[in-house]
This record gives sequence, C-alpha cells and structure tokens, in this order.
Amino acid sequence: MDSALLLVVLLPAIGALVNGTRAFLWPLTPKNKTITNIFTLASTGLSALIATWIVLQSVGHPWQHTYFEWIPSGIGHVGSTIANFSVDFALRIDALSSTMLMIVTWIGFLIHVYATGYMSHEKGYTRFFTYLNLFMFMMLLLVLGANYIVMFVGWEGVGLCSYLLIGFYYDKNFAADAGKKAFITNRIGDFGFILGIFLIFSTFGTSDYAKVFALASAGGHAQYGAIATAICLLLFVGACGKSAQVPLYVWLPDAMAGPTPVSALIHAATMVTAGVYMVVRSNVLFRLSPDAMLVVAIVGAITAIFAASIGLVQNDIKKVLAYSTVSQLGYMFLAAGVGAFTAAIFHVMTHAFFKACLFLGAGSVIHGCGGEQDMRRMGGLRKYMPRTHWPMLIATIAIAGIPPLAGFFSKDEILANAFTHHKFIWILGVITAGMTAFYMFRLYFMTFHGTYRGGENGHGHHEHAHDPHESPFNMTGVLAILAVLAVIGGFVGLPAALGGAHPTWFQQWLSPVLLPIGGEHFEFHEAALSTEYILMLVSVAVAALGIFLAWRFYKRDPLWSTPKRLATSFAPIHRLLENKYWVDELYNATVIRGTVLFAMALWWFDRWVVDGIVNGVRHLTVFLFGHGSNLFDKYVVDGAVNGVASGARGGSMMFRRVQSGLVQNYALIMGGGIVLIALVYLFMKP
Amino acid sequence: MPSTAQYLMLSATLFAIGLVGVIARRNMIVVLMCIELMLNAVNINLVAFSHRLADLQGQVFTIFVITVAAGEAAVGLAIIIQLYRLRSTVNVDEVKTLHG
Repeated sequence: MDSALLLVVLLPAIGALVNGTRAFLWPLTPKNKTITNIFTLASTGLSALIATWIVLQSVGHPWQHTYFEWIPSGIGHVGSTIANFSVDFALRIDALSSTMLMIVTWIGFLIHVYATGYMSHEKGYTRFFTYLNLFMFMMLLLVLGANYIVMFVGWEGVGLCSYLLIGFYYDKNFAADAGKKAFITNRIGDFGFILGIFLIFSTFGTSDYAKVFALASAGGHAQYGAIATAICLLLFVGACGKSAQVPLYVWLPDAMAGPTPVSALIHAATMVTAGVYMVVRSNVLFRLSPDAMLVVAIVGAITAIFAASIGLVQNDIKKVLAYSTVSQLGYMFLAAGVGAFTAAIFHVMTHAFFKACLFLGAGSVIHGCGGEQDMRRMGGLRKYMPRTHWPMLIATIAIAGIPPLAGFFSKDEILANAFTHHKFIWILGVITAGMTAFYMFRLYFMTFHGTYRGGENGHGHHEHAHDPHESPFNMTGVLAILAVLAVIGGFVGLPAALGGAHPTWFQQWLSPVLLPIGGEHFEFHEAALSTEYILMLVSVAVAALGIFLAWRFYKRDPLWSTPKRLATSFAPIHRLLENKYWVDELYNATVIRGTVLFAMALWWFDRWVVDGIVNGVRHLTVFLFGHGSNLFDKYVVDGAVNGVASGARGGSMMFRRVQSGLVQNYALIMGGGIVLIALVYLFMKP
Repeated sequence: MPSTAQYLMLSATLFAIGLVGVIARRNMIVVLMCIELMLNAVNINLVAFSHRLADLQGQVFTIFVITVAAGEAAVGLAIIIQLYRLRSTVNVDEVKTLHG
C-alpha cells in the first residue's frame, strides 16, 4: 500500500514530465492534443482511483510510511537540547489527509476533464496541462506529507504552479503582473510559515506530525502554552498568505487573470484551502494557545465580511467569485479560530464542490460569450446555455446556504460554533452570510436572467455578434457532477437537530485527528436543540433576505433602477466598495512605494557612498603605491644603487692616476718607500 | 784587508748607483744593467757577511743569486728584443699601455 501511495503522488509528476518534455519540444503545435489529453487525464484519473482504493483500505487505520531519509544531518545542538535533525520523506494517511486527498484528486481530475474542453483553442495547450499536473503533484505532497518539511515543499510547489498558471498568458502585462503579485505576496506568508517550522523544530526537536502532536498533547498548556502562541501565530502568517486572508488577500482577486479552470482548481477548491488544512493539521498546537485561536477567528471574520462587501458591487463575473472565495476562506478560518476544526474542513469540502462548480460555470459562460467577463454585457443566458444554467443555479443556492444543499450544513455548523464561542464573531458571520446570498444571486440574475446584452457595443447599436453558445459536454458534464456533489455533499455533516448523529458523521470521521491535550479530550460543541433551531432559522432567514433583495433589484426590475439609485445616493460608500477600499492603492503608496524608495536610497548609497569609498581607496592606492613607490624607487632605491656606482667611479677616477704605466714611477715609489721605512726604522726607534 | 764596513759602504754605493740608474735612465737595456748592478751589490753584502761570520752559507747563496741573475738577464733581454720588434723602441716611457 505504501508504494501505491507513492504512485498516487508520482503519477501526476510523470504526466507533468512527459507533457513538459513535449511542450518544450513542440511549444505551439495544437495537433498533439490527444496525446496530451491521454497523459494528463490518465495520470490524474489513475491517481484518483488508486487514492480512493487506499483511502477505503485505510479507514480507521491511520498509517504513515517513510520512503527514505531525506535530510540526514546527524546530531547537533538546538538551543540547550541536543537534537537529531533529520527529515524523512514520509507520507501519511489519516482521516484529515484522506479527506483532502479525495477532494484534491477527484476535483482535480474533474477540472482536468473540463479544461480539455475549455482550453481547446489555446496555443499553450500542452504547457497548460504540464503546469496543472505539476500542481497536482505538489498539492498531493502538501496534503500527504507526514511532516512539516515535506508539507513545505508542496506548499512552495503549489505557490510556484499558481504563479506559472496565473501568468499563463504571459504576453499580457496584467497576467504577468498578477502572477508576480501572487508570488511575492505568498513569499511574505511563507516567511512566517518557515519561521514557525523552525520554532516547532527547536521546541519539539522534530518536524514529524505524529511526534510533534504527541509531545504537545502530552505536555499540555503548562509546558507549551507560551511557545505555542508564537508557533501558531507564525504558522498563521503563512496561512494568511496562502489562503488569502486580510491583509495578504490582495493577490487572489488579481489571480483571476489565469485561465478559469486554474481559478477553479487552484484559487478556489484546493490550493487556497491549504492554509485551512495546515491550521487544522496543527490543531493540537492551536488549541494550546487560546490567544492565537482568537487571532485566527478575528482575522477570519474580518476577511469574510470585508471581502463579501467588496463582492457586492463587482461587475466582473470572476472577480465576484474571487471575492466570494476570499470571504468563504475567511469563514473557514473563523471556524478554525472558534475551535470548530471539523467544520472548517467540512466547509473546505462543500466549498470545493460548489465553488468549483461556480467557477467552471463562469468559465463556461465566458467561453460561450466569446471571452466576455463583464456581467453587464451578459444576461438571459438561461435560454442559450441550459446545461450550464442548472448546475450554476444549484451551486448558487448551495453557497447561499439554503437547506438541504451542502453549503447550508457547513455554514450552519460554523455559525453554531461561533455563536457559543463569541457572539460578535457570530454576528459578523451572519451578516456575511446575507451578503453572500445577495451577491451570488445578483451574479445569477445578472448572468442568466433578463435579456442578452452582449450583442450591443458601447454606442448602442447592434453588431453582427453571434449569440452565446452552449459549451461542449466534457465541460457541462463536469458541471453536472459537481452540482450533484453540491447537493448531496452536505449530508455527511447532518447535525443532530435535523436527525443526524451527535457528533455528526463527519465529526466522528475526523475526531482521531483531534488529539486530547494534557488528558483532556476534544469536546464537540453541543447546544440546546431550541438554540440550534433558532440559529438555523436566523441563517436561513438572512440568506432568504439576501436572495429576495437580489431578486427585487436585478430580476423584477430589468432596468436595475434600485441599485443605481442606491449607488448615487450612497455614492461615497459605493465608490469605497467599487474600488475595493483602495487597499491596492494603499499598498502601492506605502509598501511598494516604500520598498522602491528604500531601494532607491540603497542605490544612492551604493552609488555615492560605497562606490565613493571604493573609488577613494583606489585613488589613494594609485597615488600612494603608484606615484609614491615610483618616487621611492626612483630616488631612494635607484639613488642608493647609483650612489654606490658613482662613488666607486669617483674614487677610481682619483686612484687610477696612481697606475701611470710607467715602471720607473713604481720603482721610484718603491725606493722612496724603502728609504722612508729605513728612516723610520733608524730615527723613530723607541 | 778592508774591513766589513768598507765592503758594506761599497755595496751601498753600488746599490744606490743601480737604483738611480733604474729610476732615472730611459733605456731598457741600461735599466736591466742597473738591476744587475743592484743584484751584485747585494751579492757583495752576502759575501762580506759570510766572510765576517765565517759561514759559507752566504757564499753558496751568492752563487745561486748569480745563476738566477743570469737567467733573469736572458729572459729580460729576450723580452726587450721582442718589445723592440713589436714597437721599434726600447724607451721605458713609451711602453705604458698598462696605465690606469
């Protein structure tokens, strides 16, 4: 079974390798699409099938397998303790990773199928599926890794694939910029994440989930309470980047520059939920730190209502869905923050169903309208695209939170937990739910009802534009499957109040992951039946109100006079929302401009101070050791040498006269000398 | 029988004449002859002391000196003849190529 699990991970990688080689060799050939399809679909499909078999075999028996020791580095000091830093390449199957595995492989496979239709006219067809398969590989590493380091590899890998796919239309500036924005914003979060991993390692001496959580669970609040807060806040910074939470959410709306299947798979269903997965995976650590939990809940709640309010006024169909995704991710963190970890994963799952459906439906709409994304130029598509219309309607109802569709159960579980935990957060959640219902049905009515407005150009007269057309079956079939999942997916979390079990089946399924802390077992929230009913009633009522308003504004009145009147009478608020609270502008003016100015200052410093010093030293060196040593050489060294020479010359000029060559001179001197010696001898004798 | 001092005075006189001849004369042959004169002054000295000290060593030494002087005269004259053939002169002042 362990080699089968490795195969699950490696199959998409093989697909990516084969298609990547082919894309490299024939970058623009559209004729080889069949081979591309075979590899990409076979690898993800087989991977999904094997994964299902493994999950079914492993129900109730979590296991992990070490394939090889990946980073063996021997024994060393970590702080004051001696630890053995070694990281295994190990994969883990338990309730949590199984859930994510099923979501990733099957939704991934469905979106691959859809993309074979959606991308059929694109030039970089094979390149697209290379990236998509690579993404599957990395995402599987992320969810299956048995320690934080393997997870981090997947985490960075999906970030890379996200960047590559957002910038898929690399010849368009906005797509390339959006890719860079996503990548850089994620780096900020990843910095926090990796610091968190370091802190985990220095605290527990290992990065393996099982060992870390066993230690944390045994140590409890007394031993790890303080350090857990630091760890969790750092991990949450990472989650904020990857899962687009305030204040790092800005990349996700721009990420819609990528092809729509990418938005569905990466920026709605799987990658952006990695942050939620990581928080739930680390639930033992988070439960040790109520402060960090509160931060998570507050950030989640703020993100949820903030993004939902922006979504109210957007006109780009993908932008609405993008802000909706940010908002729903906020919901998931809200859930994790109030301790409803199972509800968070439950919402990840149901959200993956209906949001993938919505995105793919939006893709189908865009495909059918010839690339148009502005909802003001759509309308009446119900007639033209019935096979897209019905799944979209179902998914819209599901996300709005109308029972008995999937979104209702997960959202209700989150709100019920929020209510018992923190009333204010609950209120934010309820308002968000109302907004969600409103903007989703606004999208639905603007797109599928009324009359088609796409044929007119800006000056009001008709062009000979062709009518919108329905998408092929490999696209709408996927929509239908996802719509069915969006209907039935919620029943695994049927609450006790509606005839389910307590804890719900989904909670029971995930409960092995929620380890006891210091001997205290995890308690699933339980409220009085009456409270449960009232809460459900409130959330359904709020959703119904949102739907009614959307119907009243955009369906009953085809001229949309009410929203237009509201927009003019509350012009400042409308402008604020339409411009997304000017957050991008704010970041531009502060962070980006600050960074640029800082870089300019550094450049200036480099140019004038560092270079000045270097050049100064150079001049000084040239002067001292060039001219200086030249002078020294010329006058001191040469002077000494020449001095000796000319001294010898002068001396010899003097003494050469003695050697006259006249033998008689010599004889005279010799004789004189003898006489002198004789005289000295005679007269100076002592 | 002259006394030793008289011999020595003779010898000193001869030596002085020879020395002056070596220093002052320009003709090489004369210079060579004056050198012989100085040598013989020394010989007289040696013989005089040999007689005075009744020791034959001095006279034996004199015989050696006369022999060497003969060789010396032969070599010296040969050099002078060669020089004359080369330079057509026997004037000492004109032979000074070793000057500094």
